[in-house]
Amino acid sequence: MERYQQFTEQWLPIIGKAMIETFQMVGISLLFSVIIGIPLGILLVLTRPGQAMANKWIYQLLNLLINIIRSVPFIILLFFILPFTKLIVGTTIGVQGVIVPLVIYTAPYIARLMESSLLEVDSGVLEAYEAMGIPTRQIIWHVMLREARPSIILGLTIATVGLIGATAMAGLVGAGGLGDLAYRFGHLRYEVDVMYATVLILIILVQSIQSIGNRLSARLKKD
Amino acid sequence: MIVLENVSKVFETKKGRVEAVKDVNLHVKKGEIHGVIGYSGAGKSTLIRCVNLLEKPTTGKVFINGEEITSLNSGKLAEKRKHIGMIFQGFNLLKTATVYDNIAIPLKLIGLNKTEVENRVKKYLDIVGLSEKVNSYPSQLSGGQKQRVAIARALSQEPEILLSDEATSALDPETTDSILDLLLKINIELGITILLITHEMNVIQKICDYVYVMENGDIVEQGSAIDLFTKPERETTKKFLNTIAQRKLSPSLINQLQGTGSVLRLTFVGESTGQPLLAAVSKQFDVSPNILTANIIELKNGIVGNIVIHLEGDQKHIRDSLQFLKEKGVGVEELEG
Ligand SMILES: Nc1ncnc2c1ncn2[C@@H]1O[C@H](COP(=O)(O)OP(=O)(O)OP(=O)(O)O)[C@@H](O)[C@H]1O
Ligand SMILES: [Mg+2]
Repeated sequence: MERYQQFTEQWLPIIGKAMIETFQMVGISLLFSVIIGIPLGILLVLTRPGQAMANKWIYQLLNLLINIIRSVPFIILLFFILPFTKLIVGTTIGVQGVIVPLVIYTAPYIARLMESSLLEVDSGVLEAYEAMGIPTRQIIWHVMLREARPSIILGLTIATVGLIGATAMAGLVGAGGLGDLAYRFGHLRYEVDVMYATVLILIILVQSIQSIGNRLSARLKKD
Repeated sequence: MIVLENVSKVFETKKGRVEAVKDVNLHVKKGEIHGVIGYSGAGKSTLIRCVNLLEKPTTGKVFINGEEITSLNSGKLAEKRKHIGMIFQGFNLLKTATVYDNIAIPLKLIGLNKTEVENRVKKYLDIVGLSEKVNSYPSQLSGGQKQRVAIARALSQEPEILLSDEATSALDPETTDSILDLLLKINIELGITILLITHEMNVIQKICDYVYVMENGDIVEQGSAIDLFTKPERETTKKFLNTIAQRKLSPSLINQLQGTGSVLRLTFVGESTGQPLLAAVSKQFDVSPNILTANIIELKNGIVGNIVIHLEGDQKHIRDSLQFLKEKGVGVEELEG
């Protein structure tokens, strides 16, 4: 009991701070990744051969770009785009410095997940709306996205969990966060208690995000 | 109302050119129900999709209410499509939306206000007899109920024309009948012109005024439903007729019977039944008719009776009997073994 009290007194503020950093990194990166990734996913589906705005060049270019970014491990990406990060946010360290690589890492992933969610939507339904004289723009919004919602939410859940994993590496540019804490204290300084506590928090975090995602998706899905 | 002029559709695929529709002409008059029947792959879906330009014809013109729509820009075309409802074999409802929303969402999207949307949903759910399912999701409905929702969705746009792409093909016979009754009802009560495609002869039989038989992209035979049921010419048409009323006798049986007379198929249209005529024939010409098979087909616009008889007697009497029957307006066809 005493040991527990001593532990919390000593480590709670540090773990609390790391948690906030993780939330910041995940939250902000997720926001920007969604803002970029969702339209990108829609574009991928629309420019695909045989679709409403079929365009071989745009489609192939997007495809290539996404594949290239997705093949680079995050840790490499982080260093590789340092100059670009500096250009965009003015710094390459701290939470700010890590947002740019996180977004570049996650947005294409979300675009791919979006693409597969949207492709699952029954093309017959889209056709029925086309036959009613409803413009493509509205069909995308009110039919395609709506019908894909349960699957999009599952995709975003997966992306969020992946993002949490990527933030662990953010410690390398001094951005902090839970993963960094576990690594620095647990691994480098053999404070195993801190490591266990942090890992436990991460497990709970991932579990809750996954079950919230599952539940939300199930609620929207009606079959 | 709907006129197709020399419409062709060619698909260029990796395996080569597919001529799905070849130089088709058709004319659906206002207030009528026309049906296109054909086997799988005949090009029926492609044809009906050319009517609202879901498929752009490679050549040819499509007229709706006298206006050529093949040359319209996409905005004008969208406007025109609002007057052409369509229902599908797969229902094509939003899975994630209730019955109410499935009908209401398109209405909102075409710019109707809230009360108007509510009124129309209520009105057309009532017409299709599904008012109590207003808050259900499609997954909670049977196939027939889903098709009713799709019909309500199409009707709620208050179209003048309804296109039906195999709307009953996924349904059991009883449900099919109830959907056909519904289509007939909206044709009669709302005056909606219907063009449907099907591979089931009973669909044609129950509700069509006029029929096109399609084979390999061509319309090979067409005519009023009564004409087609009484005087089918093409082999395909006859095969479709056989699916609802067995019209064939085995060649060996015919050969055997021909030893003592002729085997005839008599076709009657309308209320007149064959019985009194056959009695008259046997009295007048010294022949004895023996009924082999008989059936009655109720069409939308009349009744067609088919009797296959074995007419025993000498050649001359048989010839005179045939003449007499033809004069009475009976279709006579001599069957060969
Ligand atoms: N988008 C397409 N691209 C290439 N070929 C097509 C396309 N759509 C249809 N076809 C071909 O055109 C022909 C006619 O097809 P269609 O779907 O119109 O037939 P159908 O009479 O409706 O058949 P079913 O009763 O099976 O629905 C078929 O050979 C089909 O393979
Ligand atoms: Mg078809």
